[in-house]
Amino acid sequence: MAVSTRRLQKELTEITTAGTPCGITLLKADDFQTWFLTLEVLGESLYQGEVFALMFRFDSQYPISSPAVQFVNDETYQPPIHPHVYSNGHICASILGSEWSPVLSVIAVCITLQSMLASCKDKTRPPDNDRYVAHAPDNPKKTRFVYHDDEV
Amino acid sequence: MSSDYEYSDNEYYDEDEDAMLEDDASASEMEIDTYADDFKLKKEKQKSYDTVHEPLTQAQVEKFMASDVEHITGIFGVEHNVAALLLRYFNWNKERLIEKYMDNASSILIKAGLEQPEKQPDTRSTRHVQSGSTRRSTRQSTLDSTKSGISRILERVTPPVEDSGSFVCPICFDDTQTETTALSCNHKFCKSCWSAYITSKVRTEAEHWITCMAEDCSLVAPDDFIRTALVDDKATWERFGELLVRHFVSCNPSLKFCPYPSCTNAVSCPAASSKSVLTTIVPIVGCGTDTHKFCFGCPIDADHRPVICAVAKMWMQKCQDDSETANWIKSNTKECSKCQSTIEKNGGCNHMTCKKCKYEFCWVCMGPWSEHGTAWYSCNRYDEKASVDARDAQSKSRASLERYLHYYNRWANHEQSAKLSIELYAKTEKKMEEMQITSELTWIEVQFMKKAVDEVFKCRMTLKWTYAMAYYLESGNMKELFEDNQRYLENAVEELSELIESPFEPESIAALRQKVTDKTVYVQNRNEIMLDDTAKGFQEGRWRWNITVKGFDDVDDE
Ligand SMILES: [Zn+2]
Ligand SMILES: [Zn+2]
Ligand SMILES: [Zn+2]
Ligand SMILES: [Zn+2]
Ligand SMILES: [Zn+2]
Ligand SMILES: [Zn+2]
Repeated sequence: MAVSTRRLQKELTEITTAGTPCGITLLKADDFQTWFLTLEVLGESLYQGEVFALMFRFDSQYPISSPAVQFVNDETYQPPIHPHVYSNGHICASILGSEWSPVLSVIAVCITLQSMLASCKDKTRPPDNDRYVAHAPDNPKKTRFVYHDDEV
Repeated sequence: MSSDYEYSDNEYYDEDEDAMLEDDASASEMEIDTYADDFKLKKEKQKSYDTVHEPLTQAQVEKFMASDVEHITGIFGVEHNVAALLLRYFNWNKERLIEKYMDNASSILIKAGLEQPEKQPDTRSTRHVQSGSTRRSTRQSTLDSTKSGISRILERVTPPVEDSGSFVCPICFDDTQTETTALSCNHKFCKSCWSAYITSKVRTEAEHWITCMAEDCSLVAPDDFIRTALVDDKATWERFGELLVRHFVSCNPSLKFCPYPSCTNAVSCPAASSKSVLTTIVPIVGCGTDTHKFCFGCPIDADHRPVICAVAKMWMQKCQDDSETANWIKSNTKECSKCQSTIEKNGGCNHMTCKKCKYEFCWVCMGPWSEHGTAWYSCNRYDEKASVDARDAQSKSRASLERYLHYYNRWANHEQSAKLSIELYAKTEKKMEEMQITSELTWIEVQFMKKAVDEVFKCRMTLKWTYAMAYYLESGNMKELFEDNQRYLENAVEELSELIESPFEPESIAALRQKVTDKTVYVQNRNEIMLDDTAKGFQEGRWRWNITVKGFDDVDDE
């Protein structure tokens, strides 16, 4: 059994038995390649009443290699307007790249992103949004982000 | 090319009338004669356009590294692993490391990933937030809570590490993995996760600074730890060693790694270790293998002499920006300007003959060849006057494009011809075999053909870059002298090129050999003059540009 399968199996069991943190729900986890979760910011924030969906893509090297994580952009879900979130759903966050640690998990990523939205004070797109989106690869992991700041 | 050939036993070009083709060469012949004595002297010395450098193998660089580590080990009384990490943290700047370490050793050890910082008391108290009912509903939205939030939730995902034998690795959850290992922080993970993690860092991220897998732990794996983790993977361990060498080389301004793929040699070139010298020299170096030539001063992985890095870079950028406009020129087919039938270029020579109408013309300018051979028809010099007449903006922009295309055309043509020289080598080899069969000549004696092809290739590279230089040279006497040298070289190269590609008669091989050999020596000398004079011009600050070039005086915006 691949390490990623065993590990994701374990994470899935944790989620179904212990539940997910508030504001985070598991939408779809039919296999060990792609998962979908929804994300809400609870309490007072600029995103009150908005629900977002996250797509996780795992390769066989997970959790040694980070998952590819992005906000879903379709008829039902749109990415949040945030200085670190591109309009195609790609996210510029160091935890998904250079700061990734194999002890992190799907839920840990969700909580970080929830936190990132909760602390947002300025609902704007990244300054380079149009340029990035025009040339972005399908998989956000192929992008070498220059993290906008260390704060998030 | 062997140096014994450079001045062969032939009394070159001044003896044999045949050696000089037509009357067009006489002007340059005179000049060469006055230069000839100088050349013989110069051969012994360093050439003006060469830069002293020393190729280094990976093992040689590793020796430098080991002696630095040894030095630090001795001064600080620490083990090799520690000294190596300290040096890597300080980018191999020994002086700074010694100064800082003497000042505050423990803070340096923490920064270099060798020791853990003091535990913050509040992290301890929030560690055991229980999972379950009250979980996370009151999470603060400050950034601080993000970090501790992760460690808290991890506490939930991660099984508690027990001191008993029932260890489950918090990464793979594979309970069959019982062998664990940890850095001095004691964050335990199973051995196979460590190996997978280190392999992934080294292989996919080309990273040699490998931190502990635990979140927020900044301890770095020392060399011995990595060696143990990769004990079954020699290739990755070797790659790790190469990454260390690359890091060391990149930290040292007088070293550079060979840019050729999968080459692990480096070059030491202290003469080019500061950027400021790049206005006076073009530091082309070799890594010790025959074919790996590159520039020490810029990323161009080829010999771009005689033009300096800054100008070469501007030209490359311009070509890239204008590539669409200029694309059609690169194509290998053109129309005959007489009968419009399509002509394909398949050799390196610019003397074209239309198969259909027998019109002879120059591939570069499409002008009749007759004007090239006998008179000094300016095929290399752009006629600036014609573009001065341009009045309105539209014709001005057309004129500027035409001016660019003039230089680009010639640049691309030499590049194209040089590429075709691979074919030419094959053809020449065949010819050399035929020559042996049909004449008395031995294999050694027919080498003159290969040497001629070598020389043509080399000179086309020089010519190519002279067009990049000429494009940016300010009009005036200096530029005209430059273009004179360029034209002499270009004509000589085309003549030699044509000579090599022309069919030979068995009975005239001896004469052909003489001709080719003489012409090769002549071309070699013209190339020498081109490179030497341009290099000296840089040293003397003789060249003036029609555009702001980094590092030159006439800069008003710096
Ligand atoms: Zn493991
Ligand atoms: Zn650790
Ligand atoms: Zn090399
Ligand atoms: Zn250069
Ligand atoms: Zn024709
Ligand atoms: Zn021409």
